[in-house]
Amino acid sequence: MKDPVQYVPGGPAEPGATGSPLLTGARASRRAFIKGVIASGAVAGSAGFLFGCSQNAGVPMGGVERLVSLNVNGRVRRVDVLPWETLAMTLRYKLSLTGTKLACDRGECGACTVLVDGVPHYSCSTLTHSVGSRSVLTIEGLEGPDGRLHPIQQAFIDELGPQCGFCTPGQIMSTVALLQKNPRPTRDEARRALSGNLCRCGAYDHYLNSVMRAAEVV
Amino acid sequence: MAFKLIGENFIPPDLHGKVTGKAKYAEDFRVEGMVFCKMLGSPMPNARVVRIDASEALAMEGVVGILTADDVPEMPSPQQPILTNRPTYVGEPILAIAAVDETTAADALDRIRLELEPLPFVIDPLDSLKPSGPNARDDGNVANMGIPLQELKWGSTDFSELADGRLPMDGQPVLDWTYGDIERGFADAAIVYDETFVTASNAHHSMEPRSTLSYWENGKCFVYGSTQSQTFIMPMLAGYLGIDVADIVYISEYCGGGFGSKGVAYPSMAVPAHMSKKIGRPVMLRITRAEEYFIGSNRGGFQGRIKIGFGKGGKVSAVDLYVVQSCGPNGGFPDFDSAGHAVSLCYQPAAMRYRAVPVLTNTPPGGAQRGPGQNQIAMVMEPLLDRAARDLGVDRLAIRRLNSPKNDSLFGGEQHGVTSAYQDEGLGKGAERFGWADKLRRSGERNGSKVIGIGVGQAYHEAGAAGFDGLVRIAPDGRLHIHTGIGNLGTYSYAATSRVVAEVLQCDWERCVIERGDSRKHLPWNFGQFGSNTSFTMSRSNHAAAVDARNKLLEIAADMLGGSPEDFELGDETVFAKAEPRRNVSFAAAARRAVELGGRYDGHELPEDLNPITRASAVALAGTGLVGVAKDNYPISATPVALAAGFIMIELDLETGVYEILEYNGAIDCGTVIHPLSLANQVKGGAVMGIGLGGLERLVYDPQNGLPANVGLYQSKPPSYLDVPSHMGWDAVGIADPQNPVGVRGMGEPVMGCAASALICAISDALGGHYFNRTPITCEMIVNAASGRPQPHRPLQVFTF
Repeated sequence: MKDPVQYVPGGPAEPGATGSPLLTGARASRRAFIKGVIASGAVAGSAGFLFGCSQNAGVPMGGVERLVSLNVNGRVRRVDVLPWETLAMTLRYKLSLTGTKLACDRGECGACTVLVDGVPHYSCSTLTHSVGSRSVLTIEGLEGPDGRLHPIQQAFIDELGPQCGFCTPGQIMSTVALLQKNPRPTRDEARRALSGNLCRCGAYDHYLNSVMRAAEVV
Repeated sequence: MAFKLIGENFIPPDLHGKVTGKAKYAEDFRVEGMVFCKMLGSPMPNARVVRIDASEALAMEGVVGILTADDVPEMPSPQQPILTNRPTYVGEPILAIAAVDETTAADALDRIRLELEPLPFVIDPLDSLKPSGPNARDDGNVANMGIPLQELKWGSTDFSELADGRLPMDGQPVLDWTYGDIERGFADAAIVYDETFVTASNAHHSMEPRSTLSYWENGKCFVYGSTQSQTFIMPMLAGYLGIDVADIVYISEYCGGGFGSKGVAYPSMAVPAHMSKKIGRPVMLRITRAEEYFIGSNRGGFQGRIKIGFGKGGKVSAVDLYVVQSCGPNGGFPDFDSAGHAVSLCYQPAAMRYRAVPVLTNTPPGGAQRGPGQNQIAMVMEPLLDRAARDLGVDRLAIRRLNSPKNDSLFGGEQHGVTSAYQDEGLGKGAERFGWADKLRRSGERNGSKVIGIGVGQAYHEAGAAGFDGLVRIAPDGRLHIHTGIGNLGTYSYAATSRVVAEVLQCDWERCVIERGDSRKHLPWNFGQFGSNTSFTMSRSNHAAAVDARNKLLEIAADMLGGSPEDFELGDETVFAKAEPRRNVSFAAAARRAVELGGRYDGHELPEDLNPITRASAVALAGTGLVGVAKDNYPISATPVALAAGFIMIELDLETGVYEILEYNGAIDCGTVIHPLSLANQVKGGAVMGIGLGGLERLVYDPQNGLPANVGLYQSKPPSYLDVPSHMGWDAVGIADPQNPVGVRGMGEPVMGCAASALICAISDALGGHYFNRTPITCEMIVNAASGRPQPHRPLQVFTF
């Protein structure tokens, strides 16, 4: 029998940590990344997947929530936010806006795309505190108050854009940003504008059909 | 047969939720008092847990519980355990910690002291087959579905050819079948190739990580999961939970991609349920992208060797094929089995011998991935057809049409028949749309360092099953409720096949409600949504239930209005007298009458041959309307097949190895087209995945330490918008299959393999007929080939960069 090895999960022998920390799947890599982003002020030792389900759940490891005002979908929402909290987590777990999806949680796929002052952002890689007074638009903010779909949403229905649908909110948000900036894109311009949104079902052709149809009516 | 709904486009009811963000996937549900759990994965490819010290973790404020292998049912070896003290791959879940928030759970994992004894591990299947080679498990090195766990070693002499880069073919297989006279086939051949090949494993990487929420309420276990299938997963989930199916409430309205990896229940689904039982609170298990790589399944890789003979005109005269499959530590999926069948069906060799051995490896558990086996072997076979065409001076399209399966074709060791097959027509149609002859003239056209390559590829998958149940109900308000237990993978086939019911009952689609996604909606026993089967299987069972409902409607109308059932017909949600349409009964009135009549009309008396799950659902619905319920007992005498062809044009840069796909056209044979838009999305989406399979995706492992090198999406390289053409075309043969009531067969999987094989054929074409015998073909391999440099891998090396 070989000597047993003492393995400390947070330690140097991290599984999968064979390359650049950002590019590997190891949990600690992301933690290191966010620690790096926060740099100062945060209490060391706790920066993993970072949220409490309840705002009153307490913060055992010493992080301090601060009350901020977020402008989301045209409404000002008051919410307690941890220093290391990502916008995706705030939206999904504190504001109940679960239309924004998390598929990689490390800026690789675009499923969590939202608009901040009209510019597409990966909300998994945007700290909520960095948003400030800028306005956030999520998939839930597109529908009219009467339940009427945004023309882009309607185009995605008419062209049967989605397959499984998990990346769809991100695809639609990138389309909203594109058509605000460039209302009459060529198909190739649309393809480039959406290239930060991965679709494992490969529904790209139908998504582009949807974008081009939307461009005719928006 | 003329249809009103079948073959027409429509808006599937789950689409609105997808574009508004209202669609709820497993991680979108919230329950009062919900806590979070996180799993600790093994850092070693093969190890024994000696000691777990969780005292520090459990003492942390906010930590509410721990779950270890001792707390969950043990699965029989070599099945994937729920949690384990004997991890057999890096990332395998050992334990889970629950806490009031996920940060605390993650921090608590950091405080776990885990003592592990490292054990020898194996990454390359051939290493494990060597006489003194390591085994991935203590109890064996060979297993798969239908292949019992065993230790299998080849003799040392069997490996003599390995040094020359050839897979030995004299080692003992576990699968071995032959038909025809292969010696004679090779003797008759004008040309014989003998090639050793490797096809890589690649991760499924479904966009939605397999998160699960679970809690117990009034003796029932509620599970919100992410699965392709709905009812079919429940018996297996019940096994993981150690309870009866009747005590599970299973909700899976939406599934964010599965590609085979979420077709059945999987072990991590049970972790929050067991944790919840232990701590008495609802538990959410959010799966990370890295965990999805580890536990989310991957395609089995092949090391193989083929001897193939062609007659003068290009007809395949004999095949001798040997495949060694890497399976991960738990057996995985029998890709190897499907591969042999695919070769036999698609190329109709006059004689064939097939041998295979699935080998366990200390890599993440293998599973079915879209066209498991068929799609790998397509990438081996299609370039060989091209090579033969070149050497024999035959057109590359013509050699495929010559060898393609027809209606009377047989395949496999047992020489099964097919329900129908029109690949020749598909190839013809696809070639016409693509402009094969014109495009071929551009093959080799140079533009600086860039060169044009043209390719055609094919693939196959079985396309349906039979014998499942259908359940429909006409409510007293006249609405038609179609209960479907198939699941919602994202293909919309749950909806397209539900329209068969509306078609039979001549019911306005707007008056139909599809009941699905939640076991409380009283769903029937249906097959899983995998294996390209849904369209064929579900249209049969839905048809059977609809015919049962139709017969009951006709009987009730005859009873209410006088006459015999044959005197009546259905239309506009009424039953009317053929001779006098004004004499009619509305569906609503007939449903109310069914409730008054009771018995078999409203579900109080049920057919004897229903599955118990369907029976329980029908019993729950009894008395609420006219119930149509039946098992699909329609005859089936052969294998339904899905056949696909892909046509591709690329421009390849000889200096960088980068290529752009200029054009792609898919052409398919899947019988009647029941929903053109969703089929188009499958043909093109499958092609995107195929482009990844042929050129980009593979698992990379460090052979020295058994560690993964490309866990994330960025390194795994699933294709993006920029890796595929911005516009793709498609076409379908559209000839109805005789063994399906609406003529449809499935088509989910070969649409991937045909594109993958077309792509690698086009790459070879651009390189003037250089064949790699390895997939994916990376840019580095292309540059090496173009410049005459050797490749960095040994011929049979696996899990390479």
